[in-house]
Amino acid sequence: MSKLIPLTGDQAVAEAMRQINPDVVPAYPITPQTEIVMAFSQFVADGLVDTEMITVESEHSAMSACVGASAAGARAMTATSANGLALMWEIVYIAASTRLPIVMPVVNRALSGPINIHCDHSDTMGTRDSGWLQMYCENAQEVYESTIIAMRIAEHPEILLPIMVCQDGFITSHAVEGVKLFDDKIVKDFIGEYKPTFPLLNVKKPVTYGPLDLQDYYFEHKRQQSDAIEKSKKIIPQIAKEFKNISGKDYGFIEEYKTEDAEIAIVALSSTCGTAKVAVDRLRERGVKAGLLKIRFFRPFSAEEIAASLSKLKAVAILDRSESFSNHGGPVFAEVRSALYELQSRPLVTNYIYGLGGRDMDISQIDLIYQDLAKAVEENKVKNLINYLGVRD
Amino acid sequence: MKEKGWKSIPIGGLITEAGNAQEYNTGSWRTFKPVIDKSKCINCLQCWIYCPDSSIKVKDGKMDGFDYDHCKGCGICARICPVKCIKMEKE
Repeated sequence: MSKLIPLTGDQAVAEAMRQINPDVVPAYPITPQTEIVMAFSQFVADGLVDTEMITVESEHSAMSACVGASAAGARAMTATSANGLALMWEIVYIAASTRLPIVMPVVNRALSGPINIHCDHSDTMGTRDSGWLQMYCENAQEVYESTIIAMRIAEHPEILLPIMVCQDGFITSHAVEGVKLFDDKIVKDFIGEYKPTFPLLNVKKPVTYGPLDLQDYYFEHKRQQSDAIEKSKKIIPQIAKEFKNISGKDYGFIEEYKTEDAEIAIVALSSTCGTAKVAVDRLRERGVKAGLLKIRFFRPFSAEEIAASLSKLKAVAILDRSESFSNHGGPVFAEVRSALYELQSRPLVTNYIYGLGGRDMDISQIDLIYQDLAKAVEENKVKNLINYLGVRD
Repeated sequence: MKEKGWKSIPIGGLITEAGNAQEYNTGSWRTFKPVIDKSKCINCLQCWIYCPDSSIKVKDGKMDGFDYDHCKGCGICARICPVKCIKMEKE
């Protein structure tokens, strides 16, 4: 690490992009992602990168240009939020099924409507089934490091899948933190040179991208995508190990915080984990055996590892910053709870839907969840399976 | 053509060999097939120009029948023929 500088989450992404020096960045600004594009386009204007920056007319075009550039053999990146992600939806699926290693930082923001610009995870949770990999970051430092790691994961020849690097809108994207940046050369050496397998620009070996794929082969191509996701579970730890060599940090699928001897725990994504760690520390001072399980990679979904981690607990609260309208829990709850089904003895589980449209999630609310969990352990049952935390009746 | 499994095809729906559309027998889609009366044909080759599937065979500059493996039976050749020597017959 060379220097510690004050950066917002958005600026941290832009710095990572500067060091990655992608060949092509087609982008369209949208709050709260705008600062990424703004900072990066300044790097382009200042000649600090060699990137071809394309100022497209919409996010549909941004992702389409990424697909074209990536198929041509270029290292392509873009960034978006909420309605921008919704507008590129069609091409989001095409990028994954065409197996193009595009890296896309996403600044999580509530999807309209009613229109709202603040944080929740409804945008990226909607793309849960698109075939993209997804990392959820706790703070600006993690956003910076994840963007660099993501490039290696996406481009691994046995994976070749696009990846979203998610951070919480405004909470992370616009708050200034001290971020330690690597020397440019360290990043350059870590990500290495991209060697595309079937570049369209290789006229000596012509290939067709995006042909019609009907009843006879579509299913086989989908099966390959599932296989690539499965392979990523083996390869990501190898890449994380290499990253540890330069950073000293662990980038596992999950992060366990004081869960070793814990009886009750919260499962969460992104910035809420930072708040929850403070709550856990305070509870620990009072002798409460509280813990936290942070899910860093929602795709691949490390079901076995999550189940193993939670198996030792008595009661678990799974937090969702989005609503799936199944009225049977949010997306994180549905998947984590399903992962626990195979266990011989399972903890009590309960779901908290919180923070929609940027509603604050503070330590006192997290305390309430731990209080509910303690009571559930005492009574050996949860009061409510699904809870809406912080909403007025 | 025997269909391959997911482990033995290129990823991403890519076609890695040029010109392999020929291996796909689109003739089976046909309901009506074009039939030519060579005695009326003036070999203007308008059918060859208009055929969207390159299914008009030409030999020594003359109309030489149809590639029924790939002709989908769209009937454009019959429509465009100035001397009406191509008829569409039910398969």
